[in-house]
Amino acid sequence: MRFKLNALAAAAALALAAGAAHAQISGGVVKIGVLNDQSGLYADLGGQGSVIAAKMAVEDFTAKDKSLKVEVIFADHQNKPDVGTQIAGKWYDAEGVDAIVDVPTSSVALAVNDVARAKNKVFIDSGAATSDLTGAKCSPNTVHWTYDTWMLANGTGKAIVKTGGDTWFFITADYAFGAALERDTSAVIVKNGGKVLGDVKVPLNTQDFSSFLLQAQSSKAKIIGLANAGGDTINSIKQASEFGITKGGQSLAGLLVFLSDVHGIGLDKAQGLILTETFYWDLNDQTRAWSKRFAALSGGKEPTMVQAGVYAGVLHYLKAVSSLKSDSDGAKVVAEMKKIPTDDPLFGKGTIRADGRKIHPAYLFEVKKPSESKGPYDYYKLRATIPADEAFRPLADGGCSLVK
Amino acid sequence: MSTQALFGQLLIGLINGSFYALLSLGLAVIFGLLNIINFAHGAQYMLGAFVAYFLLNKAGLGYWWALLITPFVVGAVGVVIERLMLSRLYKLDHLYGLLLTFGLALILEGAFNHAFGSAGMPYSIPESLQGVQNLGFMFLPNYRGWVIFASLAICLSTWFLIERTKLGAYLRAATENPTLVQSFGINVPRMITLTYGAGVGLAALAGVFAAPIYQVSPQMGSSLIIVVFAVVVIGGMGSIMGSILTGFGLGIVEGLTKYFYPEASNTVIFVIMAIVLMIRPQGLFGQR
Amino acid sequence: MSELRYERVAFAVMFAAFAVAPFVIYPNFGMQLLCFALFACAFNLLIGFGGLLSFGHAMFFGMGSYLAAHSALVWGFPIEVAILTGAATSALLGVVAGFIAIRRQGIYFAMITLALAQMVYFFCLRAPFTGGENGINSVPRSHLLGLIDLNPALSMYYFVFAIFLACFLLIHRIIHSPFGQVLKAIRENEPRAVSLGYRTDRYKLAAFVLSAALAGVAGATKAMVVQNASLTDVYWAMSGEVVLMTLLGGMGTVFGPVVGAVVIISMQLYLAELGSWVTIAQGMIFVFCVLAFRRGIVGEIEAFLRKRSAS
Repeated sequence: MRFKLNALAAAAALALAAGAAHAQISGGVVKIGVLNDQSGLYADLGGQGSVIAAKMAVEDFTAKDKSLKVEVIFADHQNKPDVGTQIAGKWYDAEGVDAIVDVPTSSVALAVNDVARAKNKVFIDSGAATSDLTGAKCSPNTVHWTYDTWMLANGTGKAIVKTGGDTWFFITADYAFGAALERDTSAVIVKNGGKVLGDVKVPLNTQDFSSFLLQAQSSKAKIIGLANAGGDTINSIKQASEFGITKGGQSLAGLLVFLSDVHGIGLDKAQGLILTETFYWDLNDQTRAWSKRFAALSGGKEPTMVQAGVYAGVLHYLKAVSSLKSDSDGAKVVAEMKKIPTDDPLFGKGTIRADGRKIHPAYLFEVKKPSESKGPYDYYKLRATIPADEAFRPLADGGCSLVK
Repeated sequence: MSTQALFGQLLIGLINGSFYALLSLGLAVIFGLLNIINFAHGAQYMLGAFVAYFLLNKAGLGYWWALLITPFVVGAVGVVIERLMLSRLYKLDHLYGLLLTFGLALILEGAFNHAFGSAGMPYSIPESLQGVQNLGFMFLPNYRGWVIFASLAICLSTWFLIERTKLGAYLRAATENPTLVQSFGINVPRMITLTYGAGVGLAALAGVFAAPIYQVSPQMGSSLIIVVFAVVVIGGMGSIMGSILTGFGLGIVEGLTKYFYPEASNTVIFVIMAIVLMIRPQGLFGQR
Repeated sequence: MSELRYERVAFAVMFAAFAVAPFVIYPNFGMQLLCFALFACAFNLLIGFGGLLSFGHAMFFGMGSYLAAHSALVWGFPIEVAILTGAATSALLGVVAGFIAIRRQGIYFAMITLALAQMVYFFCLRAPFTGGENGINSVPRSHLLGLIDLNPALSMYYFVFAIFLACFLLIHRIIHSPFGQVLKAIRENEPRAVSLGYRTDRYKLAAFVLSAALAGVAGATKAMVVQNASLTDVYWAMSGEVVLMTLLGGMGTVFGPVVGAVVIISMQLYLAELGSWVTIAQGMIFVFCVLAFRRGIVGEIEAFLRKRSAS
C-alpha cells in the first residue's frame, strides 16, 4: 500500500509538470510476471523457457524503443489455483506487476483471469487450453494467445477429414477437457462429411491403453483421435506403436500434442502422428533465426509454441503500453492491444479480437520418420496451413459478453 | 460383444495383472517381512526405469543388461536408505516408516522433475522382442508375452525362496522374533537390510520392464503406487502369494471393467478394497 | 512455568500475531494461512488426540470447498450459509467414510482413508458440478449477515480470523472435555478402554466426524477467500501436505499444527520464485522430522520448557 501511494504521488507530480513520457507508467517501470509451472507436468511446455522468451521480447523491444524501462520476474504456480491466485494478487497489489503472462493449467488460468479483472491489470495467457477464456469467462483484461481447445479440435479435425481421414474412433480422457475436445472435433468431422465410428472414455492418468487400443483397432476407423493430453497421450502413442496400429494402416491424430511431448516419445514411436500447432521453430527463416537465439539461451532446447506465444504476447503488450504511454489501466492497455494489429517474426501478422482471442494461422503437422530427421527437435513436416480466419471459433459463437 | 473380443480383453487383463503382481511383490516382501510400508516403492520403480535409460544412453548397455544390472544398482540405494534411515525407526510406531518413505518419494520425484522435466525420456522395446503374434482373436505384441512369462517366473521363484527355502525360513523367523534368531548366531540386522534392498530391487526390476511400454517420467510411479498398495492390502499384507494372486486377479477384473464400463476402471480396485476390508479385514489370504 | 500459564501465553502470542498480520503481510496470504492452520488443527484432533492417521483428509477439505463454492455461486447462498453447507457436507462424508474406516487401525486405517479419498477425487474429476479440470471460479462473497461487506481484504481477514478462533477454541474444549479424555485413553491403550466398558468405536467415529467437519469448515472458508475451488483441494498431495504440517508443527500439541501450517504454506509461496524446489524441500522436511525432529517445532519447544522448569 505504501508502494501505491508513492506511485500516485509521483504520477501526480509528474502529471503537473507536463510532458514526461514516464508520467503514467506505474512506479516508473513496466513489470511483467511470468507465472507458470516450473516443476511439474507443464514445466517442459513453458517453464524457464517462457521466462527466457519474455526477456528476449523485452530486449528486442527496448533495443528499438528506449522510452520504457521493463522488468521481468517469474514464479512457479505448482499447478495449484490457490498458489496462482496468491501470487497473482500479491504481484498486482504489492509488487507493481502490470501484466502476468503464460499461466498453463486451465484452472489456474481461469482463477488469474478473475484476479486480473478485479484489479484492472493485464493477463496474457499463452499456456492454457480452455476456450472459456474468450467465451463465457471472457474479460476486458485478458488476451488469450497461442491456442485453445476449439482451434485444436477444428484444425486437426477438419484438415484431416479433408485429406481423406473420414472415419474416426476416439480415445478420450474421461474429464471435462477430454470430453470437450472429443465433442468439438466430432462436430467438425460430421460437418465436413466424416463419420465417428465410436469412442471409449478412459480414466485420467491411465498407464495402460492396450485394452482401448484394441477396441480402436477393431473399429477399423482410419483415424484414431487421442482426446487426451500429457502423460496419457504419450502412453497411448507409445503403446499404439507397440501394437502395430500404424503398421495396420490406421493413423493417430493427437489433439493436444507439443514438441516437448514428441521429444519425450521418440520418433520411432511417434512417426506418422498428426497434430496441430501454431508455431514450429523450423517453419520459416524468421522462426529459425529466433529459435536459434532461444536455443542458445535455453541450453539447446528448441522453443515450444507456448514459449513463442509468451514472446509475441510480451512484445505486443509493450507496443501497446508505449503507444498509450501508460500501463496502469489494464483494460485500456488491452483495448490498445486490440486496436494495433500484431506483427512478430513468430506468428506473422494477426489481430486480437474483441473477445480477447489472438488470431493467427494454424498448421497441421505430421511427425517425421526417424530416417527423415536430421537431429534432435527436427520432428515435423508441414501437411497443411489453416488460414487465420478459419482457425479459431467464430466471434459470435463464444457467448462472450464483450461481443456486441 | 463377441467372444473373440472378450478373449482379447482377458488376455490383456492377464498381462496387466502380471505387471501388477511384479510391482506388488517387492512391496509385499518388504511389508510382510519387515512391517514397513514402503511409500517410496513408486519412486524406486521410477528409478529403475531411469537407470535403464541411462544404461542405454550413457553406457550403451541395452535392455538385457539393464534387467541384470538395474536391480542391483537400485537395490544398493535401498540398502543405503535402510542402513542410514529406516533402521532407526524400527522401535517406533510403524507410521513413522510410512512417513519417512513418503518423504523420500517426494525428494526423488522432485529431484528428477527438476533435472529431467516431466515429458519423459524415450526408451524402445529391444529388437529381439519387437513385433506381434497373430493369435487369431487379437494381435499380441511379443514384448507383452515376454512380460507375462518373466513376471510369473520371478513371482513364483520369489515366493518359493521365501516360503520354501531355509533362507526364507530364517527371514520369516527373524522378523517374528529377532532376539531369539539373533541368539542363534544369525546376523539379523544384515538380513533385514538385504531384504529391504531386495524388495527395492524388485521394484526397480518392474521399472525396467515398464520402460519400453510406459512413459519413462518422474511421475510414473506415483500414478501406480496407490493401486499397488490396494493390491497388497486386498491380498493380505503379510502374504506373498496373496499379492501375486491378487495382482493377476485385479488385472483381469480391471480388464473386464475396461471393456464393459471403462469410466470406472480405475476406481474398481478401491471399491473392491473397501469391500474386502469390511468383510475380511486381514485381506483375502492374510492371517490375523 | 505451569501448563496453564504456558497455554495462555502461547494463545496470546498466536492471537496477537494473527491480529496484526494483515498490516505486515499481504492480507490474502494471511487468510490462507488461517484456513490451512484450521485444516491442520482439525487433522491433529484425529491423529494427535485420537491416534488415527488419516491419509485422505483432503476429501473433507475439498468437498467442503466445492460445496461452499457451488452453493454460493449457483444456489446463491449467503457466505455464512455457504460455509455451513460445506461443513455439513464434510461431516456427512465423515460419517460414511468413518463407518468404513474405523473398523481397522494403524496402517490399515491409513490405507482405507487413502483409498476412499481417491474415490472422492475421481468422483470430483467427473462430476459436472465441480467444473472438472477448470474448477469452480468467480465465487461471490456476499455481505455477512446481509450487513457487512466482505469484499475489502481487511473485513474478510477478520471474518476468517473469527472463524479460526471459534473452531480453535472448540477443538480446545473438545480436547479438555471428558470426551477428549476418553479419546486419549483409547489412543494410549484401546483394549483397556474397552475393558472399562467404553464403546471405543463410537468415540473414534465421533472424533473422525468432528475432524472431518472442521476440515470442511477450513475448506469452505478457503473457497470463499480465494473465490474458487479446484481439484487440487481433493488431490492426495493435499492429504500429504496436512500430514506434513502437523508433523512439522508437532503432533498432539495444541499449537503445533498452526505453526506447521504457517511454515509449509509460506514455503510454498516464497519458494515459488525458486521454481522446482518446493517438492524436494517438503520431502526433506518430512525425512528430517521423522528421523530427528519427531516432536515437531512446538513439541520441541514444550519439551525444552518442561526441562527448564523441572531443573
